[in-house]
Amino acid sequence: MNDPMLFLPLIPLLPFLGFLLNGLLGSRLPKALVSAIALVFPLASFALVARAAWMVHAGLALPVVEHDAPAWIVSGAMHIGFGLALDQLTLVMLLVITGVGFLIHLYSVGYMEHETGYWRYFAYLNLFLFFMTTLVLAANFLLMFVGWEGVGLASYLLIGFYIDRKSAGDAGKKAFVVNRVGDFGFLIAIFLLLGNFGTLNFSEIAAHLAAPAGLSGGTITLICLCLLLGATGKSAQIPLYIWLPDAMEGPTPVSALIHAATMVTAGVYMIARAHALFDLSPTALMVVAVIGAATAFFAATVAMVQTDIKRVLAYSTISQLGYMFLACGVGAYSAAVFHLMTHAFFKALLFLAAGSVIHGLSGEQDMRRMGGLRKEMPVTFWTMTAAVLAISGFFPFAGFFSKDAILAAAFHQGAVGKALWTVGLITALMTSFYMFRLWYLTFMGKSRTESRHAHESPWIMLTPLMILAALSVSGGWVGMDRFGAFLAPVTGTPANAGDAHVELMLSVLAVLVAAAGWFVAHSIYGRSGSQSMTESLASPRRVLENKYWVDELYVACVVRPIEWIARYVLGWIGELVLVRGSAWLMAGIAGLCGEWLRRWQSGNLRSYAAWLAAAAAVLLIFVLAGTLLGVGGFAQTISWAVR
Amino acid sequence: MTPDIFRILPEVVLTLVGVLVMLTDASMSPKSSRRLLGWVAALGVLAALAASLWQGTLPAGTAFYGTVQTDAFSTFFHVLICGIVLVAILLSIDTLPPDRSPEQHHVGEYFALMVFGAVGMCLLTSAVELLVVFIALEISSISTYVLAGYRKQTGKGPEAAMKYFLLGSFATAFLLYGIAMVFGATGTTEVREIATLLPAARSHLFVLLAFGLMMVGVLFKVSAAPFHVWTPDVYEGAPTPVVALMSTAPKVAAFALLIRLLYGVFPLLHPLWMPLMWVVAAVSMTVGNLAALRQQNVKRMLAYSSIAHAGYLLTAFTGSGTEPIAAVGFYTAAYAAMNVGIFALLSVVGGYDERRSSVTDYRGVLYSSPLSGGLMLLFLISLIGIPFTGGFFAKFYSFTTAMQGGAGWLVLIGLLNSGIAAAYYLRLALSMALPSAASAKAQGLSSVGAGVVLAVGIAALATLALGILPGHVLDAAHAAAQSFAAIRGF
Repeated sequence: MNDPMLFLPLIPLLPFLGFLLNGLLGSRLPKALVSAIALVFPLASFALVARAAWMVHAGLALPVVEHDAPAWIVSGAMHIGFGLALDQLTLVMLLVITGVGFLIHLYSVGYMEHETGYWRYFAYLNLFLFFMTTLVLAANFLLMFVGWEGVGLASYLLIGFYIDRKSAGDAGKKAFVVNRVGDFGFLIAIFLLLGNFGTLNFSEIAAHLAAPAGLSGGTITLICLCLLLGATGKSAQIPLYIWLPDAMEGPTPVSALIHAATMVTAGVYMIARAHALFDLSPTALMVVAVIGAATAFFAATVAMVQTDIKRVLAYSTISQLGYMFLACGVGAYSAAVFHLMTHAFFKALLFLAAGSVIHGLSGEQDMRRMGGLRKEMPVTFWTMTAAVLAISGFFPFAGFFSKDAILAAAFHQGAVGKALWTVGLITALMTSFYMFRLWYLTFMGKSRTESRHAHESPWIMLTPLMILAALSVSGGWVGMDRFGAFLAPVTGTPANAGDAHVELMLSVLAVLVAAAGWFVAHSIYGRSGSQSMTESLASPRRVLENKYWVDELYVACVVRPIEWIARYVLGWIGELVLVRGSAWLMAGIAGLCGEWLRRWQSGNLRSYAAWLAAAAAVLLIFVLAGTLLGVGGFAQTISWAVR
Repeated sequence: MTPDIFRILPEVVLTLVGVLVMLTDASMSPKSSRRLLGWVAALGVLAALAASLWQGTLPAGTAFYGTVQTDAFSTFFHVLICGIVLVAILLSIDTLPPDRSPEQHHVGEYFALMVFGAVGMCLLTSAVELLVVFIALEISSISTYVLAGYRKQTGKGPEAAMKYFLLGSFATAFLLYGIAMVFGATGTTEVREIATLLPAARSHLFVLLAFGLMMVGVLFKVSAAPFHVWTPDVYEGAPTPVVALMSTAPKVAAFALLIRLLYGVFPLLHPLWMPLMWVVAAVSMTVGNLAALRQQNVKRMLAYSSIAHAGYLLTAFTGSGTEPIAAVGFYTAAYAAMNVGIFALLSVVGGYDERRSSVTDYRGVLYSSPLSGGLMLLFLISLIGIPFTGGFFAKFYSFTTAMQGGAGWLVLIGLLNSGIAAAYYLRLALSMALPSAASAKAQGLSSVGAGVVLAVGIAALATLALGILPGHVLDAAHAAAQSFAAIRGF
């Protein structure tokens, strides 16, 4: 262990302390103190991470693994510790989590000011940071799973924060149930790993895999697919994406932090972390890539017709996560993490800016009742513009670099790669379109609010917006080459870098596509804006209606078929089978059992005794007949019994 | 040479304390408060706990003509059982009805019965002779039968006691028949001798029948399906502090007995009992969880939940070697901590008179008494099996053990089941978080008394400690398994 003075355990523990203080005492503390506690601990965590980053910059060799961490579980050959490890991948994740996390805490102080349960909100938010940093710092799968479950719990608590709204409670429950399905996959993968390797440490598993006498490909693929099931749950990919749009019931800063910037990227992080496994299974990688591309495409089509500003962003998040999965699937893990980082910047900004708009309009979320806000909310407008340009992939904004890297990586992966690249490119077109649609509907044209005077948000909310805007602009300038080289010790170097000519062509094409999306959005929504500005009263209503006619057409031709597939194929699996189906099934089984139980669980002592006698008879028959007939595992007993 | 009496020191201490409590009760004026008796009993159990720990420092060995044996195994379960009984007594001091209520003159008996029950449970874990096993089981059972009917003035109390007694006797009869048949087949009732004589047994049919009959008896005691029918009715009828005890301590002792029978008496039948445990585990968790889903009464729901947990526990028996013993030992500890904890809070929040009994009655508890509500959440989280609680790690360890024994499908069933189980635990959690319509002030922890605070505190700390730093308990469980293996040569 070289220079251990990184205080790694403190990074998660500080926010946990904040959670304890606010959670236990918060209801009795003054608001200012609650805010101070909520802010200081994440800031201190961030300072530690920044210090670690600076030490790495100054030459500290990574990875730093805390081997002497206290043992958690020691049982026979199994040894699982509270081991934490800091490597390049973790460092990037930590910078994003604590950095963006702190900014969102800051923003929340303004946003949540008038809410009851202010302390509860910040206690949960700090708890989330604790689990999220644990997730990325963990040196083994089990501790990672602890963080994984923990962020799910925090997310559940925060989605259901407005507990008096029934929809919030339902959304929280939906998120929890769907994530349990994913966790189920993750746990099976953990048991399989433990069974096959006898360890859950990342480094030891990687060492096992490097050994020539490895496992059969089938087992590895099975493990990878189980891990992938977990990742699709947490990262809202097909088929488990259904919880994320509903999760928007939570407060907007929560959507920014948990359901955009950090928690939902845990699946991407997990695949990148376990890439040694995935690299050995081309089948699993292919599944990852196809799921990613399909999700990116599908979610973008849905985002194009949403009218709720947060739902547009929710589907957009699902779509962008799809890009990251696509990158993982073509082996470009560093590109996935790069996009994860830039996405955290601009998507957090988009949500926070949307939150600022909602805040300014006293809770209005329907974009049909917005418009013309650029005058009233200039700071929100300009920062949002930066984010829109970034997510659409305009040069030189952050999103351009990372999305370009993903598309280029896909392009170089043979024929299937070309197909995936095409899907990605079309998705980029749609992304640009729906983002500018949001931009025009919200900020351009004439105000469609009902005589409420919109107001700009307070500075405590605007400061994080401006910092994130700066990052959305400049976050990609480090460039894929340098970023990939930095991550190379963890994720390996992507195999092929195409020649510069092709790369340039691809980049230009990507920007052209983004511009095309803007143009389409402008020609539909922008003109109405300018018209309504100049011609004032005459036509806005009609134009608006026209615009919705365009929407209708699009809905009929594109969205309906896709939605049909989504609803009747994926949706049935997801919504019906998983959420309602499980509820119905449970109710049905419970009802059936109930009927059956009522007979036995009548409270009648004689029927209980009869039941016991019958059960005893069954057990005895099982023992005797099993032995005498020699079924299955009884064979050995027979040899003794029928001597 | 250790004097024989030291091998049963905790039992001796407990018996003396029980007698002392009874005599003191008789000599007290009818009108004076009986709370003192509770503290006497608690101190006595604490002394027994210390005696058990001291026993752990003795070299392993037998006493009284080879009928009891103390080793790491017996110490582990002695400490666990004494701990549970201690918490249950502390809990009862403050949650039993106030003085001068109709039950007042039974409070002395109540504490004495708890202590006497502990004698039987402790003895059960160190007995290595089947008749002593049977007697110990009866001592523990009969005190529990009486305690179950403690609420005489309600209709449900005597009903629960009667059902428990009749069905329990029925099941114990199976065990006794089994013992008789083993004796018939081998000519002895000593565990070690049976194991060595079994391969040359006179009648194999007798051995198989004996095994089957004894399993019926024990599986009834651990309330595994399909021998679980008594559980919901009895839990519903018995007073909540008693349920805190009887859903944990007798079960822990019964699991110790199950280990003793499977690994001590019938290791030869391993190929037979492994599939049996597989099936019973799968049936128990599935039946328990599905039935719990439709329960409105919280105590009935938790009764079914305990059946499901018996299933998760039995899952470990499909592992190989002596690992299952350690896994079961650990699980019983974690299960006891969270189950005692949740029932302790139910007796505080729900009240002895059960003014809250259905899930919807718990609406708003999180706001009216945040500390009790928060701790209930902690125990629920542990019951669901979310990390950093004992419940998670116990389940993880049990399933890992099963996985290593090759019972992959059973683990799959177990994981599916724990997914289903989350639904009904969350229903209670969600109900507590909903704003309540009628703002009935729930009884808070602090207003009840020091005993309850101690009891809940111990349970909560144990639940957390078993999840965060399970090392010591895990070592003890391993030592228990090892000592067993060394003597049995399994």
